[in-house]
Formats: sequence, structure tokens, C-alpha cells
Amino acid sequence: MHSFVYRANALLTFALTVLGLMCILVSLSVNFNSPSPTSQVQILNVSGFRRNRDGDDEVVLKMNISANLQSLFTWNTKQVFVFLAAEYETPKNALNQVSLWDRIIPSEEHAKFWVETKNNYRFVDQGSNLRGKDFNLTLHWHVMPKVGMMFADKIAMAGFRLPDSYTRDSRKSS
Amino acid sequence: MDWQGQKLSEQLMQIMLVAFGIIGFITGYALGSFQTMLYVYAAGVVITSLITIPDWPFFNRHPLNWLDASEVEKHPKPQNTNATSKKKASKK
Repeated sequence: MHSFVYRANALLTFALTVLGLMCILVSLSVNFNSPSPTSQVQILNVSGFRRNRDGDDEVVLKMNISANLQSLFTWNTKQVFVFLAAEYETPKNALNQVSLWDRIIPSEEHAKFWVETKNNYRFVDQGSNLRGKDFNLTLHWHVMPKVGMMFADKIAMAGFRLPDSYTRDSRKSS
Repeated sequence: MDWQGQKLSEQLMQIMLVAFGIIGFITGYALGSFQTMLYVYAAGVVITSLITIPDWPFFNRHPLNWLDASEVEKHPKPQNTNATSKKKASKK
């Protein structure tokens, strides 16, 4: 404490240390809340189901996705990344996960939503296994905090099935 | 600042920063706002620095008593004893 600069330096260093400890406390304080998100997906129709030229099956789905993820938001949440994945089993792979749709939820007001959409990303198989296939639609979310660790969880909704044969979708001329 | 003042300044700084940290955390937690916590804490850091960094008079309450100039004249410095110690040649 011999000079102005010495004291200023000591103060700033200590202030940053205390700030670091506060952030650790913030990150720990959120561990006690147990979120209860809900979600529901309906497939409106399979608007396209065909086999591509390279031999892989491709599906186009139209679906209603609704979810209430408000309980995931705490004072330490920066945003929630949510995506819907189709999960199924094939002889070649024990688990296939294909991401169909995603969204970033920036705040609690946007966390309760209902959206009617076609899948934004292509639902393509490795091979030709999708005819008559039973699959799950699983809603995954990643909670990104302001300070601390990110954690992820999901809800699996089972009971979806693809048609037994290819359907011709009404192609719009490009 | 004198020695006691420096000690006081350091103690005040540490206590105030920890106190504002706690107050900020509780305020932010109660209001559910991370930003509030940061603002309260930042205000606390500024207040602490205004109190502990500048050389306020209350840090100078135990000044060191340096010897007055007039006293120095009265008591001259002791002279170096010029007695050269005759070294006897110990070897005979």
C-alpha cells in the first residue's frame, strides 16, 4: 500500500477475484431447480418419400411441433438451442439420428411455441431402409448458461411410422 | 498515508469488495437478473476505490514523528573514533 498505483492494482485484482467467485456461485445456484419441459409433435403428412439416384431414401415431412420450455430458463440462462431429431434403427446402424428442424430460443417469452413446418434439413437415410420404418421424434435441447456448464436433455416421442412404399410428391417445376 | 492508514486502507478494501459481492449476488438472485448483480457489484467497486485509493486525511491519523530540524543541531552526530587500533604483529 505504498502508492496510489499499488492500491489501485491491488483493488482491481481483488475485485476480479471476487467477481470470479460470484460467477461460480451463480453457476452453482442453478443446480437446485428441476425443469419440467413438455413437448408434442404431430406429423401432418408425408409429402415426399422416394429413393434418390444414389440409392438413399429421402423423406419430406410436414409437422406441427409444439413445446413449452419455459421452465428451463433461469437467471443464468443465455439461450436455449432446441432441435428435433428423427431416430430409428437399421441393420447397418444401431441408432440413426437425423436432425430435421432447429431453433434458438433467446428468452423465456419465446420458449412456449407452436410451429407448423416442413423439415428444414433433409431426412436422408444411409441406404434404403425407410419403407414401413418405425421411428421416434426426439426433441433435444441445449441450455447455454451465462456462466458455467452447458447441459443438454431430451424428450423422446415414439410411435411414428413411415409408409410402406414410396409416394410420388407433387413436384413443383424448379 | 502512514502505516496504520495503509493497513486500514487494505482491510477496508477487502471487506467492502466482499460485502458488495455478497450484496450484488443476493440482489441479482432475488430479482432473477444477472445484469442487476453485475451493475450493483460494479457500483460497489467504484465506491470502494473512491474510499480506499486516494490519500484521505483519516488515513493519516498516526503520523510518524520525525525528528525536528532544530533538535538535530543540538545533538551533533557522534564522530567516528579515529583510534587506529595498532595491530601488534602477533608473529614473533
